[in-house]
Amino acid sequence: MALREPRDRPKIIDRPAGRWARKGPGAGALDRTISDVPLKTVYGPADVAGLNLPEPGEYPYTRGIHRNGYRDRLWTMRQFAGFGTAAQTNERYHFLLEHGQHGLSVAFDMPTLMGYDSDALQARGEVGKCGVAIDSLADMEILFDGIDMGDITTSMTINGPACIALAQYVAAAEKKGISRAKLGGTIQADILKEYIAQKEWIFPPRPHMRIIVDMIAFCTREMPKWNTISISGYHIREAGSTAAQELAFTLADGFAYVEACMAAGMDVDEFAPRLSFFFNSHIDFFEEIAKFRAARRIWGKHLREKYGARNPRSWQLRFHTQTAGCSATAQQPENNIVRVAYEAMAAVLGGTQSLHTNSMDEVLALPTEKSVEIALRTQQVLAYETNVTNVVDPLGGSYFVEALTDEMERQAEAYFAQIADYGGVIEAIEAGFFQREIAEASYRYQRSIETHDRIIVGVNAFAHEEAEPIDLLKITEETERAQARAVQDVRANRDADAAARSLERLQAACRDPKDNLMPHLIDCVNAYCTEGEIVEAMAAVYGRYTERAVL
Amino acid sequence: MADRPLRIVIAKAGLDGHDRGAKVIARALRDAGMEVIYTGLFQTPEQIVQTAIQEDADGIGLSILSGAHMTLFPLVVEQLRSQDASDIVFFGGGTIPAEDARRLKELGVREIFTPGAPLQEIIDFVERECGKRRALAS
Repeated sequence: MALREPRDRPKIIDRPAGRWARKGPGAGALDRTISDVPLKTVYGPADVAGLNLPEPGEYPYTRGIHRNGYRDRLWTMRQFAGFGTAAQTNERYHFLLEHGQHGLSVAFDMPTLMGYDSDALQARGEVGKCGVAIDSLADMEILFDGIDMGDITTSMTINGPACIALAQYVAAAEKKGISRAKLGGTIQADILKEYIAQKEWIFPPRPHMRIIVDMIAFCTREMPKWNTISISGYHIREAGSTAAQELAFTLADGFAYVEACMAAGMDVDEFAPRLSFFFNSHIDFFEEIAKFRAARRIWGKHLREKYGARNPRSWQLRFHTQTAGCSATAQQPENNIVRVAYEAMAAVLGGTQSLHTNSMDEVLALPTEKSVEIALRTQQVLAYETNVTNVVDPLGGSYFVEALTDEMERQAEAYFAQIADYGGVIEAIEAGFFQREIAEASYRYQRSIETHDRIIVGVNAFAHEEAEPIDLLKITEETERAQARAVQDVRANRDADAAARSLERLQAACRDPKDNLMPHLIDCVNAYCTEGEIVEAMAAVYGRYTERAVL
Repeated sequence: MADRPLRIVIAKAGLDGHDRGAKVIARALRDAGMEVIYTGLFQTPEQIVQTAIQEDADGIGLSILSGAHMTLFPLVVEQLRSQDASDIVFFGGGTIPAEDARRLKELGVREIFTPGAPLQEIIDFVERECGKRRALAS
């Protein structure tokens, strides 16, 4: 809401306006899901004619990939965190591990995500703001100081320069004497959704697909416990897509990676078991559950029937979930705690393997320690008090949920056909197809809020004058100066010749598609080349991507 | 009053790729009858002000969700001053805490809209403020 002088306060709206004021919810926007799927008042046997439900743990895994669901193994509680310098974030990691979190999840700052060092002109004002600044191996060593990298699993949300972050992670662990084969975790590395939605790209799509294939091949060979890629719908949804678009575009990206690896000569059963997914859990409860169930079924069918995978692990879609940042409101931020709880429950009823619950203040700034703790406690209440973990896929067989699951699958298949008409995912990106679809959906959604067809509590209904601002975490300018000095020190104190030689070898490998890039990247980071330098060297061969903006 | 529609530059600066808000605002202003130039991502403050001057824009709307607002908004204000273009109505939005928004307004940003701001409120603001600028110029 625009800031106003005290004499010009926003009008107090104490009850829903528009059509909600005249009719009950049954006649309002609730006759459609948040993604615009029409809903009936009640569902019955006719809506699920021909339904043939597999058991949990059975192909095509609509009801989950594990026979006993969460009875055998709870989901992993994994809170995404990172801010300021590596030392500051390292302190937060120790806090989270001491409070019962199972795994770490690294949020990097914008310059790191875009391949710029902290002292680059492009980095001004951004260092340490959205995550932690990691310029070189030196920072990665500090980030994991005092943490047993062989014991925990780590998720790293980075895409454009993912290959560099992975190299730094391997190098940091090996300096502590932990071999790469022991490292467990996930790196996002999903570049296709960057062009589609998140916009943190560096190189153009075609050369970048080669980088991904190299990473997958390297991890398949040398890092048996590492999930090679996390194919992500989260950001597609945050950019304003519908649930069906999130589902379809994400799985289409997954198929594109499968095809690229197969085209490079890999056997599908060699790499597919370690592909993983990352979805958003938005506020439309049943639609989200249906989306997760449909995702498993579609992936299973395509991997088995289209790509000929024989290993059941290749058919099983495993996924991480994060509650929807875009459903949180800046107004009455405490309400976000409630939203997150519902969204988390949808993810669990949908069978997620791991979960991040957002903090109530993330719409305003990076979360404080207090709000991070509430978010983690929300998961713990869900896991240990609600008893939703005892029965596998408790909504399986519901006329409504099964019909909605079918509808999600139908819409996704229709999108796959459209993407195929373009010639594939990269061609559809180049044509602006995804970007247009998302912009359209996002505008439609915003309009529905404007017209009060959709109610957001505290925003367009039940609003009140803004209370005292809640405490926010601040990242100071000093962080940027300190980080810039640190990266300059790294450059000044290393063996300059060794660094230059490692970059030359990397460039040669970039020109030779048969030479896997990963060992060369590990050499570069061990020589303390900075991320910015490595990206420069690669961009000299690959070029940089620019987008044609689509409104 | 105006013989041609208001012309507004909607801009994204720095490394921030969150463009949902910027695109929604751009479309809303266009649907309200204005001419909208969307800069695309990763623009520098210098490029944004240049675009506004070249396009003879009445206003600039800058969207920042990366936390870099206290650096990038003042740089645009500074550019507008040094290019003698401070009459262009400069407003913005994003995840900007109230205290920062107050400071930015003191520095010369005309309005800051935060998540949840109704589109109509933004349209009304742009029509009113850019309309005033037109009236002064004629």
